[in-house]
Amino acid sequence: MTNPLLSVKDLVIEFPTRFGPLTAVDTINFDLAPGEILGVVGESGAGKSLTGSAIMGLLDPPGRIASGEIWLKGERIDNLPNEAQRAIRGRRISMVFQDPLTSLNPLYTIAEQLIETIRTHLKVSESEARKRAIGLLDDVGIPAAERRIDDYPHQFSGGMRQRVVIALALAAEPELVIADEPTTALDVSVQAQIIDVLKEQCSERGASVILITHDMGVIAETANRVAVMYSGRIAEIGPVKDIIQNAMHPYTVGLMGSIPTLAQEEDRLVQIPGSMPRLNDIPQGCAFNPRCDRAFEKCRIDRPDLIDQGTRQVACWLYDETVLAKGKIA
Amino acid sequence: MLAYVIRRVFQSLFVLLMVGLVAFSMFRFVGDPVDNLLGQERTQADIERVREQLGLNDPFPIQYVKFLGNVTRGNFGVSYRQGRPVADIIAERAPATLELAGVSALLAVVFGVGLGVFTAIRRDGIVANFIMTTSLIGVSLPTFLIGILLIYIFAVELGWLPSFGRGETVQLGWWSTGFLTESGLKAIILPAITLGLYQMTLIMRLVRAEMLEVLRTDYIKFARARGLSERAINFGHALKNTMVPVITVTGLQIGSIIAFAIITETVFQWPGVGLLFINAIQFVDIPVMAAYLMLISVMFVLINLIVDLLYFAIDPRLSADASSRGH
Repeated sequence: MTNPLLSVKDLVIEFPTRFGPLTAVDTINFDLAPGEILGVVGESGAGKSLTGSAIMGLLDPPGRIASGEIWLKGERIDNLPNEAQRAIRGRRISMVFQDPLTSLNPLYTIAEQLIETIRTHLKVSESEARKRAIGLLDDVGIPAAERRIDDYPHQFSGGMRQRVVIALALAAEPELVIADEPTTALDVSVQAQIIDVLKEQCSERGASVILITHDMGVIAETANRVAVMYSGRIAEIGPVKDIIQNAMHPYTVGLMGSIPTLAQEEDRLVQIPGSMPRLNDIPQGCAFNPRCDRAFEKCRIDRPDLIDQGTRQVACWLYDETVLAKGKIA
Repeated sequence: MLAYVIRRVFQSLFVLLMVGLVAFSMFRFVGDPVDNLLGQERTQADIERVREQLGLNDPFPIQYVKFLGNVTRGNFGVSYRQGRPVADIIAERAPATLELAGVSALLAVVFGVGLGVFTAIRRDGIVANFIMTTSLIGVSLPTFLIGILLIYIFAVELGWLPSFGRGETVQLGWWSTGFLTESGLKAIILPAITLGLYQMTLIMRLVRAEMLEVLRTDYIKFARARGLSERAINFGHALKNTMVPVITVTGLQIGSIIAFAIITETVFQWPGVGLLFINAIQFVDIPVMAAYLMLISVMFVLINLIVDLLYFAIDPRLSADASSRGH
């Protein structure tokens, strides 16, 4: 990948506790190309949202970046002073949160919130900002934007509010939008519309997207690449098509297998047995080994790093050359 | 909106009637005013004559109705002790109390909100923790003790400020003000602090608690993610959202500042209506007491009405015409 927009290098996020630090995100690496949409999937607590917050520079204390680097267009941003980080937030990287009902300040009109955001980042007059704000609302599909702009958030439905949130995220033409489960709180019927708006508006503006979600279906339809996270690490990362058609990591295989299809006529939904380990109880070796039906000796001793496998990378000993050479597994 | 205001005004009138009734029935147990009005040398005939003259022989309900009838015509009766119309006496004393209450309320709101925001933003700072700890003193010490302490320190030991009275006043029409003379300004400092301290600490602790709550919400997080400045987030977004509960409590507290002025005015011999009321109780001066209680309840009712209307100004979700447009 030439000149990535965003590079996350060996990022480690820790929560200090009385019994020593808990590592919530453990040495993750990925690059993001300009205009690319990267999906991030994984169970709750896998570290998806924390990674997003860390890139924004908005980790909630006591969580902190223990080591690693975050680079935006060749500039390191994780160690910038607060004021410089603030200037990046909203301007170059912005974020869409999960619940549109609570992301907007109930006491200000949409216009006030949009204009405030625009004028924080861009040197434009009040009336120019208002014009832009109406344009943005139009773009994200708010009907009669000129009339609705002076309404308060409670006068919009959930789906409409999430459109407003997207407009706010795009207000200063950012290069990267981090969408943290943007459809989880919405009605199933409007989820697809919101994803469409997000995808369409970001690609029109050439903005990259990190789409954090539980929903493999959303990733399949939207993302170019996908990163599967498990217990604070990336298990598998690569082009969406490859991973969906031929998942390599046993966890990804399990994830894909647990998506119910219309063709199946089974009473029980397929699931991966067990649950993700707690942060203070991560097993030795590969964190997935207690739930993995293909685990062998090495998986219980050593932790696998990402291994290049053609277009993708997989963190699994099954694909390690020396392991394959020894022929320990069929 | 208009219907709401009208309904509230009627409710308020009902409250006032009830307050008047309760207050009036209590006065019957305070003592017999005639004892104080007539000296030791009175005769039974004198007593009967005065009782008849004051209408004290009428049954209680009739006394009350007569009182109400007079009040609606702005006639609060004549003070038994001073022999002058009560309305005049109160009008004369009210500026002193209102100035004191106004300065106290201003101190309480400005410092209460300011320190509340400060201690919320610097939650773990040393200064903020110090302020929180000292604020316990303001909450737990009784008003009269604070007054006496302040008098001891600033009037007796340091001699910087007067210990009693209002200083020189200037007459502006019927309003006498202490704000225009140096001695008047000096005299108001200690009583205003005494009266406002409890309210200030209360408002401060409330603002802090509400603010901490709001700072945890998603829209504050989203405001951060939009890159807004800390100042815009703290004072624009967070503070406004803490205001609804704060205004309720502040409104009620301003009412009690006026009512609690009785104690402060006694400690500092402040020539306001509170002191007038205390003296009236000693002499069973029923018309003064009744007028004072009615005045205080009118204040409380008015403040509550204003507080309710302020909600509409702050929170758009409450106004009916806006929600009918939403969908």
